[in-house]
Amino acid sequence: MAENESRYEFSDGISVVVNSECPTCQLTSSLLTDLGSSGHVTVFSQDDPSFPASAEWVRDDSDLAFSWHNDIEAVPTLVRVVDGKEVERLSGWNRKEWERLLELENLAPDLVDHKPGCGSLSVSPDRVDELEVKFGGKKFVSRRVEIASLEDEMEAMFDRGWSDGLPVVPPTEARVNRMLAGTSREPDDIVAVIPPNLAECSVEKVAINAVMAGCLPEYLPVVIACLEAICTDEFNMHGVLATTMGVGPIFVVSGPITERLDMNSGINALGHGNRANTTIGRAVQLVLRNIGGGKPGGIDRATLGHMGKLGFCFAEAPSPWENLSESFGFSPEQNTVTAFTGEGPRIIVDQKSRSPESLTRLLAEGLKSTISPRMVLAMDAMLVISPEHLSRFIDAGWSRAQFIERLSELLVIDSDEIIEGAGGIEDGIPSAFAGNKLPKFRPGGLLVVHAGGPAGLFSAIIGGWLNGAKGSDPVAKEIIL
Amino acid sequence: MNQTISVLDPTSEDHSPEIRLSDRIESIKGATIGLLDISKPRGDVFLDQLEKRFTEHGATVLRFMKPTFTKPAPVDLRYEIFSKCDAVIEALAD
Repeated sequence: MAENESRYEFSDGISVVVNSECPTCQLTSSLLTDLGSSGHVTVFSQDDPSFPASAEWVRDDSDLAFSWHNDIEAVPTLVRVVDGKEVERLSGWNRKEWERLLELENLAPDLVDHKPGCGSLSVSPDRVDELEVKFGGKKFVSRRVEIASLEDEMEAMFDRGWSDGLPVVPPTEARVNRMLAGTSREPDDIVAVIPPNLAECSVEKVAINAVMAGCLPEYLPVVIACLEAICTDEFNMHGVLATTMGVGPIFVVSGPITERLDMNSGINALGHGNRANTTIGRAVQLVLRNIGGGKPGGIDRATLGHMGKLGFCFAEAPSPWENLSESFGFSPEQNTVTAFTGEGPRIIVDQKSRSPESLTRLLAEGLKSTISPRMVLAMDAMLVISPEHLSRFIDAGWSRAQFIERLSELLVIDSDEIIEGAGGIEDGIPSAFAGNKLPKFRPGGLLVVHAGGPAGLFSAIIGGWLNGAKGSDPVAKEIIL
Repeated sequence: MNQTISVLDPTSEDHSPEIRLSDRIESIKGATIGLLDISKPRGDVFLDQLEKRFTEHGATVLRFMKPTFTKPAPVDLRYEIFSKCDAVIEALAD
């Protein structure tokens, strides 16, 4: 390393780093040629070794090694080195400054007095990650997989079984390096132990899968929080993955981060079209597949599944009501992810209710059939209330707690209607429960979230899966940036 | 674009040791067979039938049950089955 670095040291005298496409470098090119030919400077050219002239005093820095190692931020940059030590650095064109540094007079009198330079190629956003990997000694632990020049890299990744069925972004070192800038955590930190194979998953591995999913670096802390939430005993991701029931992890992101990441909590919130919503959920699923080994047809035994298993993540819309994560003890200023095991969303329509009581009654009727009209207490549900439906409650001054309380009163089922054999249906609760009134959901088993576009009298129900210690409980985690 | 690209492996890169199947029992007669109910409805219907048939063939049958079908069997239960039985049958349901 020391030997390599010494190759990138400036020698004594004055060096100038230039780039042929920079107008200021072009402006000074005749002057630089005079200074080079007369032995006053050595020029390092970032893009064209024949700029400003083809000469032995022009060095080729097209791999940007020299510029990167010397932290060149702009071109032209003049560097003065005395006895192996840099004593001064100037950037841009400024006649007086150049004259002082070069100890010369009357430099290029026909030029303007000064002109600022341009950004160095070594700090250009589309090059810097690649250079950091190449020269920065960035070490990845993951195996490098070489893809042949005649191979189509997109097909190669399908062939290796790394995809959920859609194309994935090739996780090159430069992209993964850029992704890692999204978190303050070290690449070798273990995020979680991923079922079903109970494989330890480092931040680096999460970043690789996040690149493949199409995430931006700033999404990475959310992906990490999602994994921390589901890889817990309470959430029981192993069971959620292995069950024949078509459910998967669903993530609700709450807090100011949703706006910063431009997440969608509005029109089509539960659908497609928003990069953050779509790729965060997808990255989690890719980790489950690639790190945990949970593949459909393998440990994932879902009879039917649902499209949300590609990734199901959305943002909670701000509202006068308390948000979902407040039910888990967080404050509205905290950024959180709440993970819930659920089916795909189904719409519940109420176009006519004007009073909160009427709408609550309609929603209760719909919720009674969640998962199975014959099932009580065993499964939770998420109710996503749209803005127009929410306004019925807000206008009437109902709080969230008041709404949930009234809903719970209405969600009581006469057990005689749902016991085995009732109505000619063999499925049902044991007949020993006859003559009772039973709540549809356990206390806290109904998660109420606000999201959706401003127009439309629709809400959505997302049925859950077996709850409690025998199944999966919702888990909320704070997002650590 | 005629050059190779290198990507980072997104998998766990763990290589589980290969585990050989246990030796098959040579005869049911005289063997102790464990029947593991995973706690799903009607799994017992299937296992009751198996118990009857195995007993008719001279095996001793021991019955076990997982606390929940949604999670792997606890290690103590697995060890108990391992130490008491010559073979085990795990009953799924649905």
